Amino acid sequence: MPLLQLQGVAARYGPTQALHDVSLTVDEGEIVAVLGANGAGKTTTLRAISGTVRRSGDIVFGGRKIARRGPESVARLGVAHVPEGRGTFAELTVRENLRLGAYTRRGRSGDDLERVHALFPWMAERAGQQAGTLSGGEQQMLALGRALMQRPRLVLLDEPSLGLAPLVVAELFKIVRRLNEEEGLSVLLVEQNANLALDTAARAYVLEVGNVALEGESGELRRNESVRRSYLGY
Amino acid sequence: MAEFWQQVVSGLASGGIYASLALAIVLIYRSTRVINFAQGEMGMFATFIAWWLIVEQGWPYWGAFAATLAMAFAGGVLLERVVIRPVENAPVLTVVIVTIGLLIALNGLAFWIWGGESRSFPSAFSTRPIHIGGVAFSIQDFGVIGVSLGAVVLLGLFFRFTKLGLGLRAAALNPNAGRLVGVRVGWMLALGWGLASVLGALSGMMIAPSVFLDPNMMRAVLLYALAAAVLGGLDSPVGAVVGGLMLGVGLNLIGTYVDFVGNELKLPFALVLIAAVLLVKPTGLFGRATVRRV
Amino acid sequence: MRRLLTGVEVLAFAGGVVFLLFFPRWLSDFRTSQVAYVGIYFIAILGLNILTGYTGQISLGHGAFMAIGGYTTAILVGHHGVKDLWTIPLAGLVAGVAGLVVGIPALRFSGLYLALVTFAIAVALPSGLKKFDHFTGGTQGINLFGVKGMTGTLGITVFGHKLTFNEWIYYLTWTVAVVLLAVAWALLRSRPGRTFRAIRDSEVAATSSGVNLPLNKTLAFGISAFYAGVAGSLFAIATTFVSPETFPIILSLYLVIGAAVAGLGSLAGLAVGAVFIQYLPDLSQQVSKSPGAPSVIYGVVLIVVMLILPTGAGGLVKKIGEPLTNWLFRGS
Repeated sequence: MPLLQLQGVAARYGPTQALHDVSLTVDEGEIVAVLGANGAGKTTTLRAISGTVRRSGDIVFGGRKIARRGPESVARLGVAHVPEGRGTFAELTVRENLRLGAYTRRGRSGDDLERVHALFPWMAERAGQQAGTLSGGEQQMLALGRALMQRPRLVLLDEPSLGLAPLVVAELFKIVRRLNEEEGLSVLLVEQNANLALDTAARAYVLEVGNVALEGESGELRRNESVRRSYLGY
Repeated sequence: MAEFWQQVVSGLASGGIYASLALAIVLIYRSTRVINFAQGEMGMFATFIAWWLIVEQGWPYWGAFAATLAMAFAGGVLLERVVIRPVENAPVLTVVIVTIGLLIALNGLAFWIWGGESRSFPSAFSTRPIHIGGVAFSIQDFGVIGVSLGAVVLLGLFFRFTKLGLGLRAAALNPNAGRLVGVRVGWMLALGWGLASVLGALSGMMIAPSVFLDPNMMRAVLLYALAAAVLGGLDSPVGAVVGGLMLGVGLNLIGTYVDFVGNELKLPFALVLIAAVLLVKPTGLFGRATVRRV
Repeated sequence: MRRLLTGVEVLAFAGGVVFLLFFPRWLSDFRTSQVAYVGIYFIAILGLNILTGYTGQISLGHGAFMAIGGYTTAILVGHHGVKDLWTIPLAGLVAGVAGLVVGIPALRFSGLYLALVTFAIAVALPSGLKKFDHFTGGTQGINLFGVKGMTGTLGITVFGHKLTFNEWIYYLTWTVAVVLLAVAWALLRSRPGRTFRAIRDSEVAATSSGVNLPLNKTLAFGISAFYAGVAGSLFAIATTFVSPETFPIILSLYLVIGAAVAGLGSLAGLAVGAVFIQYLPDLSQQVSKSPGAPSVIYGVVLIVVMLILPTGAGGLVKKIGEPLTNWLFRGS
């Protein structure tokens, strides 16, 4: 049984229909990418999963139906959504941001904090720094760290490379791949940078105007004519 | 010189009362951008309940005090869920009008149940004077300062060191991101109202011994608390406390030493202060002009 | 089509005027005075509506402008022997200027800050009135009963019919009310009025269309203060007495209720709002003799109105009236 399954999901912002009919799956331990142009509905897909947009259709996570649940409830089930723009609490410190990641977990979060500090040592050194004063790349790392504090079963990553320098992006994705290989972290990744996405993910879906236009293994999609032309630039 | 210090201490005592109420106002403002004009009446109503427990039911003071705070908390949570939640997405001014409605209703309810005559309210502290450095001070003043600042410090610790406090801050700062980490933002707002209500009850019970208990008791205190909150910065809890203390001491000193102001012009002074701060530096002493995260 | 609809409104207006003319025939003297007060609240709420409904700003202190108008009249009539009728527009002007003075810095304030400042004004004003007692008579207030300038107490004869004091007050307040209603109606259909409405709907859009936002907001505040001042002046004449307690903060808040019930931004429900303020204390006597009861009901009503009917009774009247006017003219 897949970890996450979407079937015929639709979503709208007021009168505008952003998703018409999206179906996809993510298996345990996979990194799956969602590609597409601006406005195709990639971010909306993640929002539909985490419950931050009005949606209809079937969404099953870990055997449970979550299409009717609110974001707090979905988070409790083990979905960590790292939104576009990081969603860090700028006025809170690095340590407080991380602690918030463990909000849904019972008991002490000390172990989780150590794990995250092992991955990102600077977070321990600058624990008291205000998150708003961090660089873009650091905020993105912080957002990822916060997601890990949740001990999630699935991480939704929305445009992590947006606004970041290539070196930082490379570092970030290296960490994501490591987490996936070493700990079996499942990731659903939305990325404009199709090259990067296809390098990182095993499978991908291509969205167009709120529908799934193509799907397949990353290698396959790389060789696909229209994907090459529209998203890979050659 | 002796009088100066006496005025300072009694100013700190009233300042502590203004600070508590101002903190309540800031608490709610931070999370919802709404000023709860009913904060004073909520405190007044709680104080009446305390009076009923102590005078009519014969409870010991501190027992009634604790019970009142608990009931104030529950009342605040209830009001938020029942009256404020339905309009939580409405424009700010609509919610403000709802708080005005609450003000009027609570004021009327107090009149209805207990009538309008002034009643005396027992003080938690002895009214005997204490002599320090040859100057006579009131124990009651020190007691009020202690209770007010104690409450403020406890609240500060709660926010800084508990998970729930962190969740409340997160819900106020960035509700959308808060939801994503599992914070139940709606209930955090209710919690905020509950805590604010406790602060209001506290300030009511602290001031009642001096000004006597009647339904209009908190009217002036509300205005001073609003002035303190504006002075300190409407979104700054530290500002509310500092503003309250400054206002308390300042009003006392000005009232004593500036003949023109005397006692009658304290309220207009508060008005002028509010207008001046909003015109010159709307974010107050400690506030930040943070754009609300969407 | 539009002109015919306006025809219905003119007819309704004329009908209303005629009704008001003969209404006292069917009323006891006491009830006549009550309806006179309805007229006073009508004017005050009308003023508040111009501010709130059309420019989206809120004032929690309009009672203070009523106080300014009331005291202007009281001082001029009581201390200087001026004839009361002349003081009415004067009182309005003084209040209006005060409104402009408040309005100028107010344009730097957001809606919430303006609410805060007007609230503070209303709470602080009684203290100020007490302090400057050589001017205002302090806590004793100013008594106008039997004073020379008071027209009504001397006995007026109209068409051979001698008016009682209450009847005089009734006709005075409602004449002024009708005149001011017509003025407001004309104002809101003119350019300034359309500008106000544009501001209510979107300040950003209005500004980018070249509207001078600060000027218009200040103007709206001044006009609405003028209306409140006139209402206050009439109040002083009707009660023949003013003191700092005559215009407490609760009055300002009751005006907000009246405006909310009337429909923030609609002239149609105004009568409902004014009646509501005047008669509720009476009706709530049935429930309980306690002085607190009216306030509880006011407060609850205000909350309920804001929760359920944000456009108040006026919106409801419009909704109910629509099918009727559509039906009347479906042939056209």
